[in-house]
Amino acid sequence: MPTEIDRHEVQKLVERGAQLVEVLPADEYEEDHLPGAISLPLRRLETEAVRILDGARPVIVYCWDTA
Amino acid sequence: MSPRAAWRLESLGFGEVYDYVAGKLDWMAAGLRTEGTNAAHPRAGEVSRRDVPTAGLAERLGDVRERVRASGWDAVVVINPERVVFGLLRSKELDKDSELRMDQAMRPGPSTFRPYVSIKEMAETMTKHMLESSPITTSDGRLVGLLLQQDATRVAGEQE
Repeated sequence: MPTEIDRHEVQKLVERGAQLVEVLPADEYEEDHLPGAISLPLRRLETEAVRILDGARPVIVYCWDTA
Repeated sequence: MSPRAAWRLESLGFGEVYDYVAGKLDWMAAGLRTEGTNAAHPRAGEVSRRDVPTAGLAERLGDVRERVRASGWDAVVVINPERVVFGLLRSKELDKDSELRMDQAMRPGPSTFRPYVSIKEMAETMTKHMLESSPITTSDGRLVGLLLQQDATRVAGEQE
């Protein structure tokens, strides 16, 4: 079960090497994204997650807000 | 959207998956840095003055005024120990009776703006509503800094 975290935990996990993934459409990523985040829109997750992400490291996903 | 992504990643075999549920909006509202094409344009948070004087609710206006004006300011933000904004005193309120407490002298519940609002938008809003200064706060009401209209219009002008 994915763990819900806040921004303080995001910062700590990223310092420890977690991968930060924005799942919004690519144009929104281009405008603004968290430092060091990778763009992996939800619709591309199925086909690209295993290729792009390192399964041995933690992964943090985020979008715009809770919606 | 992120909960679906998190669950799907787990089903694809990723063992340690976290969901930053409050997302980009929360990050930007906290005044934290972002990357991307918009990041090059100044926003309210970075133009605001973070060295704005602050005071507690129970302080005496005369004492605060002396301290504030000695530091070259004509405004002070009233906050609690968690830096949550309760009020604002601009020059007019600072000139009130010295014996008043801050909660009696302040303008309560001032309009606040989030750090990610573009400086161009801030300049337009502050000019339209004749706001000489506006507190910039996080989404949970904590003070980031005080944005002066003169700073907002100057920086917005430099962008054109």
